[in-house]
Amino acid sequence: MINKVVTDADEAIRDIEDGMTLMLGGFGLCGIPENCIKALIRKGTKDLTCISNNAGVDDFGIGLMLQQKQVRKMISSYVGENAEFERQLLSGELEVELIPQGTLATRCMAAGYGMPAIFTPAGVGTEVAEGKEVRNFNGKDYLMEMAFDADFAIVKAWKGDTAGNLIYRSTARNFNPVMAMAGKVTIAEVEELVAVGELDPDSIHTPGIFVHRVFQGNNYEKRIEQRTVTERRL
Amino acid sequence: MALSKEQIAQRISREIRDGYYVNLGIGIPTLVANYIPQGINVVLQSENGLLGMGPFPYEGEEDPDLINAGKQTITTLPGSAIFDSALSFGMIRSQKVNLTILGAMEVSENGDIANWKIPGKMVKGMGGAMDLVASAKNIIVAMQHVNKAGESKLLPECTLPLTGVKCVKKIVTELAVLEVLPAGGFKLLERAPGVSVEEIKNATAGKLIVEGEIPEMVITSVG
Repeated sequence: MINKVVTDADEAIRDIEDGMTLMLGGFGLCGIPENCIKALIRKGTKDLTCISNNAGVDDFGIGLMLQQKQVRKMISSYVGENAEFERQLLSGELEVELIPQGTLATRCMAAGYGMPAIFTPAGVGTEVAEGKEVRNFNGKDYLMEMAFDADFAIVKAWKGDTAGNLIYRSTARNFNPVMAMAGKVTIAEVEELVAVGELDPDSIHTPGIFVHRVFQGNNYEKRIEQRTVTERRL
Repeated sequence: MALSKEQIAQRISREIRDGYYVNLGIGIPTLVANYIPQGINVVLQSENGLLGMGPFPYEGEEDPDLINAGKQTITTLPGSAIFDSALSFGMIRSQKVNLTILGAMEVSENGDIANWKIPGKMVKGMGGAMDLVASAKNIIVAMQHVNKAGESKLLPECTLPLTGVKCVKKIVTELAVLEVLPAGGFKLLERAPGVSVEEIKNATAGKLIVEGEIPEMVITSVG
């Protein structure tokens, strides 16, 4: 088996340069590549275009990169949890492309499936449609949306083996599998790195062919954004 | 009496049929889950990648890897399924989800909806709402009839950037239940208890269609 293992996040992101386009997995703070985000902050890479469903919160996730002004452009579907993001956006410091969540996922999917574009009804008749080709199929209008072109995809998985096969846990899966397929170079950080043969081939979510670098992450904080609970009735 | 948010949620819950797959948006729509009638089997879809959303976990049992689209900690139920974001929107686009319930800032009399942006003031993003409203067969909007300044949010045309075009089928507000007619116009179906047709007319800037006697809503919760 081909060995994809690198020692840590710093080695994994060593050749990410200023001005590159990155995909970052996760939904809110769930399933985000915490180790690589911290390594990018240490490295100080600037002028990044980040494709990620959300922009973290002020003091965690991609929000930390925004604080350091490392991001030139965000491509996201929802940024409501991040006051610093909203401030940079409204003041014009940060370029932002807001796109429908399904369009975001499917543009990743298209890249991973080797398709140049997809057609979706999401955004027809809205400002999202501006400048885009509209095509009518069976009486309904669809927008042509292009596959993403990202230099790196950075994802977080629960378990991975040394060959880069990945398994995600619960709703921390979200955008990670489609982004893993879509990067020119895909980096996976995992909570548990195991030897080949330890993962059931039937259970693999992302086959290792899509993954170029894998490493065992550490010190996962896994912050909860909205802690909602049911009261126990005695 | 105008309805409380809980009462709006309760009224909407009566639109849910046995066997439905339902997507609930953030805000009042989330509350609908608390009022699903006994004996009705529904599966709640959360677009971040879950079918079969269960109640909030007990304190101490929160799992940071298990959240809904509102980023709230939740649980799964027996029969739940988890999947990635592309597949999640696949089931939405291919109309496997029977009913979408979401909030709105404005709705127009031809069924346009605006709920993601106030230019120059608030930019949160559309999340999954544009995908949902572009594909859903049945869309119910839960909203306040008027804004804080007392201005109607049911308009001839939306003034805010649109989320979707000609897609809203039904609206439940604190004052009324209304149907958006295919030819345009808000058809008044029910009044909140004690609210007159005149009050609803005054709160509706778009074309209101009133035919015959308008019954009062049946609301059982005090909420």
